Amino acid sequence: MIPEDLKYYKEHEWVRAEDNTATIGITDYAQDSLGDIVYVDLPEPGKQVSAGDVAGEIESVKSTAELHTPVSGTIIEVNKSVADAPEVINDDSYGKGWLFKIRFSNPSEADGLMSAQEYEEYIKGL
Amino acid sequence: MDFIPITAQDKKRMLETTGFDTVDELFGTSIPGNVRLNRPLNLPAGTSEYELIRHMRNVAADNADLTEYVSFLGAGAYDHFIPSIVDAIISLPEFNTPYTPYQAEVSQGILQSLFEYQTMISELTGLDIANASLYDGSTAMAEAALLAHDVTGNRRIIVSGAVHPEYRAVLKTYTMGIGATIETVSVSNGATDTDALEELADDGCACIIVQQPNFFGYLENVDAISAIAARYPALLLVSFDPVSLGILKPPAEYGADVVTAEGQLFGNSLSFGGPYLGVFACRGEYLRRVPGHLISATNDTAGRTGYVLTLQTREQHIKRERATSNICTCEVLNAIAAAVHLSYLGPNGLREVATQCTQKAHYAFEQLKSIDYLEPLSDAPFFKEFAFKSSRSVPSINERLYDKGIIGGFDIGRVLPEHEDTILFCVTEKRTKDEIDTMVRVMRSL
Repeated sequence: MIPEDLKYYKEHEWVRAEDNTATIGITDYAQDSLGDIVYVDLPEPGKQVSAGDVAGEIESVKSTAELHTPVSGTIIEVNKSVADAPEVINDDSYGKGWLFKIRFSNPSEADGLMSAQEYEEYIKGL
Repeated sequence: MDFIPITAQDKKRMLETTGFDTVDELFGTSIPGNVRLNRPLNLPAGTSEYELIRHMRNVAADNADLTEYVSFLGAGAYDHFIPSIVDAIISLPEFNTPYTPYQAEVSQGILQSLFEYQTMISELTGLDIANASLYDGSTAMAEAALLAHDVTGNRRIIVSGAVHPEYRAVLKTYTMGIGATIETVSVSNGATDTDALEELADDGCACIIVQQPNFFGYLENVDAISAIAARYPALLLVSFDPVSLGILKPPAEYGADVVTAEGQLFGNSLSFGGPYLGVFACRGEYLRRVPGHLISATNDTAGRTGYVLTLQTREQHIKRERATSNICTCEVLNAIAAAVHLSYLGPNGLREVATQCTQKAHYAFEQLKSIDYLEPLSDAPFFKEFAFKSSRSVPSINERLYDKGIIGGFDIGRVLPEHEDTILFCVTEKRTKDEIDTMVRVMRSL
């Protein structure tokens, strides 16, 4: 099930937009494709990022993938618990496995992202 | 399948597809005429095995090898004693025919041997992790600089002018791709000028690179250098002499972040310059950026210890352009030779070798100091190498020594024009008092 209340980015990140902050993680499809996640490299709080930038790295037993930020702004928080237990991303990618939070520089940016339905169509076509 | 790579039929079809009549015509359109040979290779006709052996033996006889000559030559390649056990063990077919041990289930012997090698390097340097080796001392140093760039995001590399000039040349070539700028710290009294280093260091540096002992043989003031490095994000990279660690402080103790070395002097013959052994060790936090192979110990499903190639996801075939390095290999046999050598010496043996090197080198230095045309380059402390400025030409000195069966010191002027007629002597544990006295006598008689 792809949560209806989130927005999706083509690199398989989800965005939960609330007021002027966005919480970002990777989708269930992404964690499943990667396999067992063993390491996450997250951005430094305070860093300015633009939509589409590489913000970090996710390493699984079989590959390393870039973590993109779907929206622009300032990193305000990262999920420290995934650094110690990256398997949380495999277990609960839409919940406890969130990765970082951004203060929007432009909250309307999230409107341009895919809805749950659009994302479902998108991954069917891959 | 047969192993003929390309048949006449294949060739014909390829030519038809590309629209050429002959292979020459194909090459003619793509390779400029002035670089094409246009004649057969200059090789003699075939010969019998025995004639070939005889020919090769005659060619080899032209070499001045170390069974006949006494060598005082160092400068990055060293004539240390290699115990017979090293060749006996690495000649075992299981060791002698290694390949990358990707299949752990059939490579436990190689994997465990490399794991032991890594453990020894880690203990020797005091650093958390060592990789399963790189090509040689110079490329290992350059790989360390790439890692430092990866960690800090900076492109400015500060390197001491007392680092081996050929290592610095490799560093320059190797870091061209990341757009690095290299700044060289001046040398005073045979060692890195720490005031000049202070001037150059800032927040924009990726690393500060020094060699200990340095190219001229002298000891760097590593504590002062480390204190400067500690004030900035820059990593402290040290290229060290592995034998010297028998008596010198391990680099981890003075704050080195990444250390590299030429490991040839452990169990590997001089062999005219290669294959050698790149030693690489660093702090645990750079684990995912370490170039090359890493071997780890783990448990199988029955709880038995097993060894595996690990963390391959940081390697180039997975990480592609985001990998720290494009090295996806190691020098298996050379590393195992080093491990055998080290396990045979043990800590006390290594201390003994290092002590003999330094005592004999100091004896030779004292003897040479009294020769009127030689002037010590520096009064700094040294380990097994030291340099003299000479008022006679170094090639002519070496020629005379060679006539007496002695390979003399390294002519520093060959690689550093500002040091014309400076000679670098190396004295290892293999040199006897007689050999040193003979060398000094010949030099005095000039």
